[in-house]
Amino acid sequence: MSGSFSKTVVPAEQVGRTIVRIAHEILERNQDIGDLALVGILTRGAYLARRLASHMEEFAGQEVPVGELDISLYRDDVAARGSLTIRSKLTQPEVRGTNLPFNIDEKTIVLVDDVLFTGRTIRAAIDALFDYGRPSRIQLAVLVDRGHRELPIRPDFVGKNLPTSQDQRINVLLSEVDGADEIVLEAVQHE
Amino acid sequence: MAGNSIAATIARRGGKATLIISGARLLDPAQGLDTIADVTIEKGRITRIGKAAGADGESGAELIDADGCLLLPGFVDPHVHLRTPGREDEEDIASGTRAAAAGGYVTICAMPNTEPVVDNAAVLQSLIEQAESEAAVRVAFMGSISAGLAGERLSDIWDLADAGAVAFTDDGRPLADGGLLRAACQAARLVGLPLSLHCEDLPLSGGGQMNEGAVSAELGLAGIPCASETAAIAHDLQVAAYEEARVHVAHVSCAASLGSIEAAREAGAAVTCEATPHHLALSDEAVRGLDSNFKMNPPLRSEGDRRALVQALAAGTIDCVGSDHAPHADQEKEVPFEEAPFGVIGLETAFPVLYTDLVEAGELPLEVLVRAMSTNPAAAFGLPVPAIAEGGEASLCLVDTAEEFRIDPEDFQSKSRHTAFAGRMVRGRVLMTIAAGRVTHRLKDRAGS
Amino acid sequence: MNKHLLSINDLSRDEIESILTTAAKDFLELSKRDIKKVPTLRGRTVIDLFYEKSTRTSTSFELAGKRLSADVINVKAESSAVGKGESLKDTVLTLNAYNPDIIVIRHPHVGAPAFVARYTDAHVINAGDGKGGHPTQCLLDIFSLKQEYGELEGLKVAIVGDILHSRVARSNIAGFRKMGMEVTLVAPPSLLPRGVEALGADIAHGLDALADVDVVYLLRMQQERHADAGLMPSLREYIARYCVGRRHLGKGQRVLHPGPINRGVEIDAELADSPENLILQQVEAGLAVRMAIMYRIIVDAGADQAAAEGERDAAEAAEAGPEIKNIRAVG
Repeated sequence: MSGSFSKTVVPAEQVGRTIVRIAHEILERNQDIGDLALVGILTRGAYLARRLASHMEEFAGQEVPVGELDISLYRDDVAARGSLTIRSKLTQPEVRGTNLPFNIDEKTIVLVDDVLFTGRTIRAAIDALFDYGRPSRIQLAVLVDRGHRELPIRPDFVGKNLPTSQDQRINVLLSEVDGADEIVLEAVQHE
Repeated sequence: MAGNSIAATIARRGGKATLIISGARLLDPAQGLDTIADVTIEKGRITRIGKAAGADGESGAELIDADGCLLLPGFVDPHVHLRTPGREDEEDIASGTRAAAAGGYVTICAMPNTEPVVDNAAVLQSLIEQAESEAAVRVAFMGSISAGLAGERLSDIWDLADAGAVAFTDDGRPLADGGLLRAACQAARLVGLPLSLHCEDLPLSGGGQMNEGAVSAELGLAGIPCASETAAIAHDLQVAAYEEARVHVAHVSCAASLGSIEAAREAGAAVTCEATPHHLALSDEAVRGLDSNFKMNPPLRSEGDRRALVQALAAGTIDCVGSDHAPHADQEKEVPFEEAPFGVIGLETAFPVLYTDLVEAGELPLEVLVRAMSTNPAAAFGLPVPAIAEGGEASLCLVDTAEEFRIDPEDFQSKSRHTAFAGRMVRGRVLMTIAAGRVTHRLKDRAGS
Repeated sequence: MNKHLLSINDLSRDEIESILTTAAKDFLELSKRDIKKVPTLRGRTVIDLFYEKSTRTSTSFELAGKRLSADVINVKAESSAVGKGESLKDTVLTLNAYNPDIIVIRHPHVGAPAFVARYTDAHVINAGDGKGGHPTQCLLDIFSLKQEYGELEGLKVAIVGDILHSRVARSNIAGFRKMGMEVTLVAPPSLLPRGVEALGADIAHGLDALADVDVVYLLRMQQERHADAGLMPSLREYIARYCVGRRHLGKGQRVLHPGPINRGVEIDAELADSPENLILQQVEAGLAVRMAIMYRIIVDAGADQAAAEGERDAAEAAEAGPEIKNIRAVG
């Protein structure tokens, strides 16, 4: 048998401040805001991308295009053991799919996701982006980096580094879908 | 012209049986016999019914302890395809008659739709010779009605009668030509033999694959309407009655056909008919799985038809059970349903299936089933009538009605495995068959060794 | 989804909805991209085994497999060992030796797909079996109707024409009923299979019945299947009574047809070219739906395997996969 516990590691107001900080960092790094576009990885990365874009517009006075990317067709574990996750998504499939309402050619794309873990999702997202066009560069912004990379992928913008063990989970809750902002650490305890 | 001298042939191999069957329930409805008693058999004849002398073994007789078992007159099958000559890969006389013995049969009628067709005396004579050396039960051969089963002109019906044919049939195909049917009736009447008729209006069957109804509509298989059988039976019996021929209607499958048979009898026609175990036990619902083991012609009909057949059997309108044992090679049956040939085997499952599905279920008295599987078909074709009677030849089968067993095609004696009843749990296993005085089947471990 | 898609009856209403959602979300958009390909089934092998002539179904399956990056082999009966007398069983055993992941079969005989499934480890998809069924056509038709009408519950559809010979009709009666639609079959008696009302459809014999429905689903007159059967007095008389044109349609009624169409037989030329028919939308939907079916049949099988393993070691299974962060903790 196993039990589990969860605790809040980042409270709501700190989540908000972190997102604001990332927005500033993206603007600092990318002087030519006209070439910039944000692409959030569904589902929570998409909400984060929209929040970042609205902060950036506020700070820079210029609209930043935002798109959404569904990477399920680019995963490297189709029909492998891990596709339990796909199944859980497919039994109640999201009605939303990829939506990139702009041409990504020659753009600087900032990929946005909530948690960076093994890096496989980001690999899939980069592959997917290249099927839509040829961006001039791709950067990566994540709210949480929990370590345990399995691929040579490094974020450009990190909200919070949270070292975890393999059998812990990081759940990012966002007000748009979860009612409130919060980052929760959950651990499965083996007996 | 001579009438036929009954040529139901069996190999004269092995000694005639001398044994004592002790403690079985003897049931021979035609004799009015239903009692528990010992039966003494000496040199193939029943010498005593009742307390056996010499049960202690001093007579040299083998003692079969049959306590709780059922001893019946051996079964007679009016409808078996032995596939010989021509398709000995599917069945030959030795394997087919071993299968018959395993099913409790002592006499079977072999159909003439072989390659070559049994349409002349030479083919028949060679078959009889073969049976004399190979057959484990009596085999009566039918000759074809039309030469080459082509439905155009008569075969050598009188020569075939002289050579020992017991009846004539084009089974597998209907006679489309009323004029030819009339001529066949006239020719058969002269030699005093019956016709066995496969009644079907082929254009009405229209290339159908199964019974026409809700199931065929759902599956998308072309249907064979009941009308194709019913209309043909009415037509053929009118012709036969007009010519005063003895006819046997093979494999009746539809409720609506029964009225025509009754009407013909009321009009004075000499009509017998058979239903198969699969039509009595199964309906077209079984076809849903598209397993070619449920593809036969006539097709499995509706549940209403099935019940009507059982009632007609109980009431005597249907007087015989015929297995329509139709072996096919694996490569012919292991194809998609529509490509598969019609027909399944049935000799080794007929009694257990009907005993379990009809008698135990209370749908049919055991006495009726025994008559329909033994006395009636023997009488219909002028064959030796198996009986449990002192002084008579021992043609008997011993059945265990207590123990349930699973039908496993791997146990079959037939060369074919294509049965509609694989895997079914049934009762009524045949432990021993004595055909024409010889023990031709004995279930090891159950009926001595 | 089950291991195979042999009949529309293999799917529940929820499963149909789920597959069609996958088709709409993931695959309809793909055709509009410059790069019309995703790596999802890379390294997988799909064999399209076609024993009947087919243009749209075979191209649709072939393209669907290729756009999912699978290796697709097309085996056509006329150019294969079948012409040399090889049995279906032996053909399948041979192809199975290549360890295909999916076998798509089109065959002139009912039940052939189930027969194939007995002799292969691959997933088998029925692409039409004689007069039996055509489940992928049924799914794409439901998809097209959902795109056009949104909600299908209570939608009334008339299926018109050669129902006797139509696998499409058989699958669609079952599929449409499953989605809560009301189905009326319109045909002369000789083109209606006896007993078809048991499938839950109403029967009508004249085109006046079209006045009461929302959707008109036309079937191809399969003249090759009733060449000498004499099922009607003459084709001319049939056309006069059953050929559907715009004059038979009311406002908002849409027309579907599985193709190929016989202009001037079941559908008049004007209607065949009018925007009231959704025939080309059906073709487009077919590609997306078949991609969704192939994707789901592979993924769901993997998930079933994972679930089985997961039962043995729940914790381990729960950890697997990079998307783990998206599993929401419940409570």
